Amino acid sequence: MTSVFAIHGLRKSYGGNEVVAGLDLDVERGTCFGILGPNGAGKTTTLKLCLGLIKPDAGTIKVLGHDVSEQARVARQRIGVVPQMDNLDPDFTVTENLQVYGRYFGLSDAQTRERIPALLEFANLTPKADARIQALSGGMKRRLTLARSLINDPDLIILDEPTTGLDPQARHMIWERLRQLVAQGKTLILTTHFMEEAERLCTRLAVIDHGKKIAEGSPRELINTHIEPEVVEVYGDGVEAWANERAASLSERVEKSGETVFCYTHDASGLANDLAHHATLRSLRRPANLEDVFIKLTGRELRD
Amino acid sequence: MTLDLRLPKVSARFIPVWRRNFLVWKKLAGASILGNIADPMIALVAFGYGLGSLLPQVDGVPYIQFLAAGTVCMSAMNAATFEAMYSAFSRMHVQRTWDGIMNAPVDLDDVLLGELVWAATKSFMSGLAIMLVVWALGLANGWTSVLILPTVLLIGLAFAGLGLIINALARGYDFFQYYFTLVITPMAFMSGVFFPTAQLPAWLQAVGQVLPLTHAIELARPLLLGKVPATPLLNIAVLIAYALAGAYVSTVLTRRRLLA
Repeated sequence: MTSVFAIHGLRKSYGGNEVVAGLDLDVERGTCFGILGPNGAGKTTTLKLCLGLIKPDAGTIKVLGHDVSEQARVARQRIGVVPQMDNLDPDFTVTENLQVYGRYFGLSDAQTRERIPALLEFANLTPKADARIQALSGGMKRRLTLARSLINDPDLIILDEPTTGLDPQARHMIWERLRQLVAQGKTLILTTHFMEEAERLCTRLAVIDHGKKIAEGSPRELINTHIEPEVVEVYGDGVEAWANERAASLSERVEKSGETVFCYTHDASGLANDLAHHATLRSLRRPANLEDVFIKLTGRELRD
Repeated sequence: MTLDLRLPKVSARFIPVWRRNFLVWKKLAGASILGNIADPMIALVAFGYGLGSLLPQVDGVPYIQFLAAGTVCMSAMNAATFEAMYSAFSRMHVQRTWDGIMNAPVDLDDVLLGELVWAATKSFMSGLAIMLVVWALGLANGWTSVLILPTVLLIGLAFAGLGLIINALARGYDFFQYYFTLVITPMAFMSGVFFPTAQLPAWLQAVGQVLPLTHAIELARPLLLGKVPATPLLNIAVLIAYALAGAYVSTVLTRRRLLA
């Protein structure tokens, strides 16, 4: 049995609103599993349930062989968590943050002192060892939060939107570190709504919406099974008229979003030829990606 | 919503929570000592000597001696209350420190016990500092005044529990002002901090008898003067009851707030 994380029939309601509505997930050891969903899909609630911080209305949760309803604390001893919002201790230095956090796991100060240099190295924060938290950039804080989640040398790391709010450079650095962790044999579960993040990092993905799983597979499988392989995005003067007259006959599926028309098809050469005769239209022909799948499955309307 | 009414689960994991707060305090001790201790000491000396010189003896002792026991108890009450509300609220709601702690193998019950004991610790430090001044000024008669220190710890636990209840209900810092204005300040006047409760109308004296600060002062004042309190077991029992009830109710309410 290589499953390190298994939830079945998970349900949680708040005031009649079912936030998690019968969710099943299975995560294999040594993989990076992505939970994808729009805001309010139930991602964070699911993670809180799995840590035993809130109680489910129904369903079972087994993490690292422990039934979370009985043994959440034992399970958490082997889990690292990177929360959505940084909650580093602002009164402490970088090193003190790691030291104090280690104590919550029952680690002696001698044990954490031994681990801290490698963790600072991993997070690229060695020169900042004695810096105050206020002196760190957003990317540094995120890396410190990641280092903090590793203080107990966990088997499973749960990351709730680990790169939200970071600039591209900082994001790439986090991704690189996360790949290192998977290479070391750790299991990662992360929530995200960055498709690029999911596509680059995750071995397997589950798309959830309204508390239910609506698709699951590797990023490639999801693209192959849920969407036409080619996309042509069309915009510019006269796009409305063109869409009404031409788009439907030349593509398998057409969607409008704002001033852009998205044409999905198995072969875009017909569309390309047609567009060559419309000088006012601008277009982009590209292979379908995970974002197209995500939008198809969860819709285009705004989620707040 | 159903309440989780189980008794708090006590474990040694509250100790790292206490140590975290202690480490922060150590780093910021200067300002903290000034605020919590200098203030009541100045009031004691100013009112004790200034106002005291205008007064005949109060309850058979110079006013400053009468006021000393009240000041120790009141500042212990204030220190625990402040820590369990403003400071705990920052850690719970603003900085999300508790969320971080609870992602580790530490439960909310441990966090609350750590906060309770920490608030009582601050209260003890504040009471101890004022007692040092009281001793230095020669305001205490006899060794019994040492027993004020364990009394101060009980005051700390009782008011920390009450403060954590208010903390569990607070929407923001403003909420705490109601508690100070409507509960803590009147309590100081009804419990005999500044003048003997015998000066109050009978019905107010009756209300005062259920307040924890009254029982704290009924212990501390005679101990400071080298006398045996009249009803020590009752006073201790009331303070312990407040501490236990506060710990329990605050745990149930904070579970509802954070774990539902």
